[in-house]
Amino acid sequence: MTPAIQPAAPDEAGCIARLSGVGYAIGGRQVFDGLDVTIARGKVTAIMGPSGTGKTTLLRLITGQIRPTAGRIEVDGEDLGRLDTDGLYRLRQRMGMLFQNGALLTDLDVFENVAFPLREHTDLPESLVARIVLMKLHAVGLRGAARLMPSELSGGMARRVALARAIVMDPKLLIYDEPFAGLDPIAMGVVLRLIRSTNDALGLTSIVVSHDVQEIGLLADRAYLLAAGRVAAAGSPAELAADAAPVVRQFMSGEADGPVPFHYPAPDYEAQLLGAEVPE
Amino acid sequence: MSLVAELAGGGRELAQKWGRFTLFTARLCAVTPRALLRPRLLLEQVYNTGAQSLVIIMLSGLFVGMVLGLQGFDLLRRFGSTESLGSAVALGLLRELGPVVTALLFAGRAGTALTSEIGLMSATDQLSAMEMMAVDPVRRVCAPRFIGGVIAMPLLAAIFSATGIFGGQLVGVTLMGVDAGQFWSQMRGAVELRDITEGIIKSGAFGLACSAIAVFEGYHAVPTADGVGRATTRTVVTSSVAVLVLDYMLTAVLL
Repeated sequence: MTPAIQPAAPDEAGCIARLSGVGYAIGGRQVFDGLDVTIARGKVTAIMGPSGTGKTTLLRLITGQIRPTAGRIEVDGEDLGRLDTDGLYRLRQRMGMLFQNGALLTDLDVFENVAFPLREHTDLPESLVARIVLMKLHAVGLRGAARLMPSELSGGMARRVALARAIVMDPKLLIYDEPFAGLDPIAMGVVLRLIRSTNDALGLTSIVVSHDVQEIGLLADRAYLLAAGRVAAAGSPAELAADAAPVVRQFMSGEADGPVPFHYPAPDYEAQLLGAEVPE
Repeated sequence: MSLVAELAGGGRELAQKWGRFTLFTARLCAVTPRALLRPRLLLEQVYNTGAQSLVIIMLSGLFVGMVLGLQGFDLLRRFGSTESLGSAVALGLLRELGPVVTALLFAGRAGTALTSEIGLMSATDQLSAMEMMAVDPVRRVCAPRFIGGVIAMPLLAAIFSATGIFGGQLVGVTLMGVDAGQFWSQMRGAVELRDITEGIIKSGAFGLACSAIAVFEGYHAVPTADGVGRATTRTVVTSSVAVLVLDYMLTAVLL
């Protein structure tokens, strides 16, 4: 499939991550084939696409949790294919990631969750750790919840704590996996504003994986739409909204059937009903 | 033919799992020195695996000792040597029953708790989150739990044996009328340092095996409710078999 809109690739200095010709297969299924994605420094880039197109897999490739079967991935000047475990961990200290469910450590309270990376990677005195943690919690509006346990938090609060934890080491790149999933409109608005303000105030680069078209329209500077293992379209959210390619149209307007079919591949309906075949 | 293929498949799977376990244990041992630098984490785990198991260990030890007292008394009466009851109870507990029963109980209580805790951490992305924070979960989560278990097991076995001897004394002396002086003096005369050492070596080895199996199964559990449940069951079964096999091997070597 040829990309409907060719992204204007940011130059080397303006690019924090670059995937060139990336292929990835698992269990005999080709998830990506010749994927090219460039993440511009200082911007909010959205990765969109129908469920099962490998959006989260793309994040796992960028963070080095899995290795591509083909192609090359560079993040902040480092070729992930050449990094050993120590190198990868050093690179990850310059990244932050917010998981879909927050992934807070359930045996630690909110304060200790946010302090966790500081305690693991620095020897800062306790008074300084406390100040940094309180500043980060204040930034996400949860300074008053410092001594609550994760089980006492709502979904939106858990994600805000996870955001505070993700920025506590002042990363260059912040990655969000489905940050709006399962949130009520108020919590969604709060998270949306926090992603934007965190990105701009701290001078970060953000990658947001989501299929919430409306929220991405408000948030992202640039968006990639993935389909069938490749980039189906790339550009600003407005450009994607105006794109006439069928797969882009179907996704942006939420049509049930189209290039992404409603029905999972199955034998002929009539033949199966009349033959009363039990699916194997 | 299909039976042969199935057996071959099963054998290959077993060999692969054994290989993964060996590599994982080597990784655990490699990160152990760094984990030892965090005594607070280790103490927490000694408390979780050791102190939290105290009630079940002491209760079981008491009743195992009482049963030993009854059986021993009945057996020794036939030979007219009931005064040896103290040494029979103590030797049985220190060399064999203390370490073995403690290890089986440890696998059932602390081992399953370790597996399900680590498995659930994996299922809720907590281990992935640690990796993304550049923190090795094997060092931060698995190693302290492994070391905590290794430290706790000999302590629990010692407490089990002590409570068991008290249980044996309760039945033998208080109920059956064995002379208290003979009970304790025979025990002191019969029990040698090597009997205690054998118990310590066994419980140390069982601690290594049970803790390594528990954290291995938790770390490699399929991250679903079903997967964690299956991993927990495997922990009990594998640990119990490993304890009994190791017990025979160690007894053969140490005798």
